[in-house]
Amino acid sequence: MCGIAGLIHRGKSSNVGSELQGMLQALKHRGEDSTGYALYGDTDGKNFIMRFKVGENVGEGSSSVMEDVSVYDERKKIVDQTLSEMGAKIIKEERTLPYSLRYEVDYETKDLLDFSQKIESIPGVEILSMGKSLEVIKDLGNAKMVCDRYSLDKLVGTHAIGHARMATESGVDIKSAHPFWGYPFSDVSVVHNGQLTNYWNNRRVLENKGMRFMSECDSELIAVYIAQKMREGASLEEGMKDSLTGLDGVFTYFVATKDSLGMAKDTMAAKPLVLYESDDLVAMGSEEIAIRSVLPHEIDTYDPFDGEVKVWQI
Amino acid sequence: MANIKTSEKKSKAQSMGMHTEVLTGRTQQKFFNPDEAENFYYFGTYDVDFNKRTDLDVMNMSAPEANKEIDNLMSQGYGTIVIKNPQGKHSLGVGILNKLNLIFEGSLGYFGMGSCDGPIVRINGRVGWSCAENLMAGKVVIEKNAGSCFGAAIRGGDLICKGSVGARTGIDMKGGTIIIGGDAGAFTGFMMQRGRIIILGDVGINLGDSMYDGTIFVGGEIGSYGSDAVDAELTSSDQDWLRRKLKVAEIGEDFDVSKMKKIVAGKKLWNYDNLEPTEKKGAI
Repeated sequence: MCGIAGLIHRGKSSNVGSELQGMLQALKHRGEDSTGYALYGDTDGKNFIMRFKVGENVGEGSSSVMEDVSVYDERKKIVDQTLSEMGAKIIKEERTLPYSLRYEVDYETKDLLDFSQKIESIPGVEILSMGKSLEVIKDLGNAKMVCDRYSLDKLVGTHAIGHARMATESGVDIKSAHPFWGYPFSDVSVVHNGQLTNYWNNRRVLENKGMRFMSECDSELIAVYIAQKMREGASLEEGMKDSLTGLDGVFTYFVATKDSLGMAKDTMAAKPLVLYESDDLVAMGSEEIAIRSVLPHEIDTYDPFDGEVKVWQI
Repeated sequence: MANIKTSEKKSKAQSMGMHTEVLTGRTQQKFFNPDEAENFYYFGTYDVDFNKRTDLDVMNMSAPEANKEIDNLMSQGYGTIVIKNPQGKHSLGVGILNKLNLIFEGSLGYFGMGSCDGPIVRINGRVGWSCAENLMAGKVVIEKNAGSCFGAAIRGGDLICKGSVGARTGIDMKGGTIIIGGDAGAFTGFMMQRGRIIILGDVGINLGDSMYDGTIFVGGEIGSYGSDAVDAELTSSDQDWLRRKLKVAEIGEDFDVSKMKKIVAGKKLWNYDNLEPTEKKGAI
């Protein structure tokens, strides 16, 4: 089933980590195999923030293969060495969990494709997000468990999107969890509720164009599809509108960039979405109870119609 | 198996597209005998007094707890219940089978007022998916917007949304009336079998797709027609009925119903006259 939620503060920052946690926790009945956050925090914009994993969460319910923790240390060493070889300087390093790391990296480039390919050529290593503001944090369990595990409740920023997952099309693991980074674009992330039926056709086409897929989760296609459209020169909104015909199946999805948040709904309107929109805040989720967790007073909400695409700026 | 015969007698109701055939043959209908009135008991119903009023704050209650408390209040004879702080909770007010004045001061999640038979309900907020699904009788008025599958499979009663509704409004409906003050999404009236839908605003693509019967009235633009949905003549009887209905619904009272479009089933998809495979075998 899955649940998605997102919010964007316009003209100010707020405690988006805590707010998104409340929204996703309200949707936990839609799935709690894994939960993911894409948070756009307030930063000075100088360095890249790289969230990456060197292994999987192999806890209860995981479909991943058990590995010795020492393997993670070896992979981390190779990542550090590769960064050094590329001339990237690690400014700050955090290792929240043995398999999950956050680096602040000083690296001068506009093309993250080459950078990402070199890092991800290390077996077992996957970049979860790369950007000057974006941080993707995803793990097994419900929203509160993941929030507590990664201390996300104090993160201040302008906007965020998140996903509560019930695994249906692929495994219970971090690599299949949402949000997906819009590889290789800085600060682009996607969450999705639904099923895509032309996944393999599109995947083959996009792989031939040099795009990369890390999982077999159909939702990853949206991130890659939008990223490819942007590579070809389309704006975010144009890419999203194109997806209404390019992607087949039922879907409601959100895309976020450094300064915007968008939603798209398929032409069958088969997946739910409730939207609240005001001058200073837009909040949306699969169900109204998600919005209620940040706006408990009486508000006007509505369901976007079939084939609708909307984009808001901060 | 019932046989379907076309009736030659055209009543006013027939001219409005309500009935086009009569059923003959075996019936499962049970006839009410007044002498046995005491034997007929509708399980889960109460005699309530509309003048007996109370408030119920459901802020810290789960949906089952809130619904049990509504049931408890009805058992005490309360005929008017005001629900405070529904907070978009799901499945509130389901399965009420008797007359009751129910007022929600706020919004409901999905399946609000599902499977009800008789209550008069006012919701001063928005409703989520599948509001009033399977409604059998009564009236439900929503002051704001509604989600998809609004009035799915209703069999009777009036379901009114003063705002706009999502996709698949009135899907599989078998009776009753749905009235929308704003716009409606795609697949409105999908596979509807009886009843009527009125939309004062615009409606999305595939209107009335695969509808068996029933009537849809649209005041605004139509995205596209679904399979077997066709235009029909808007008669003076239709217009009289629409005016009456909109007035009772407290919505669009001054709306010019003479310009509305009427959509019915083309009945090209009907296969009722075809023999079942086993019957074909017998006939051969």
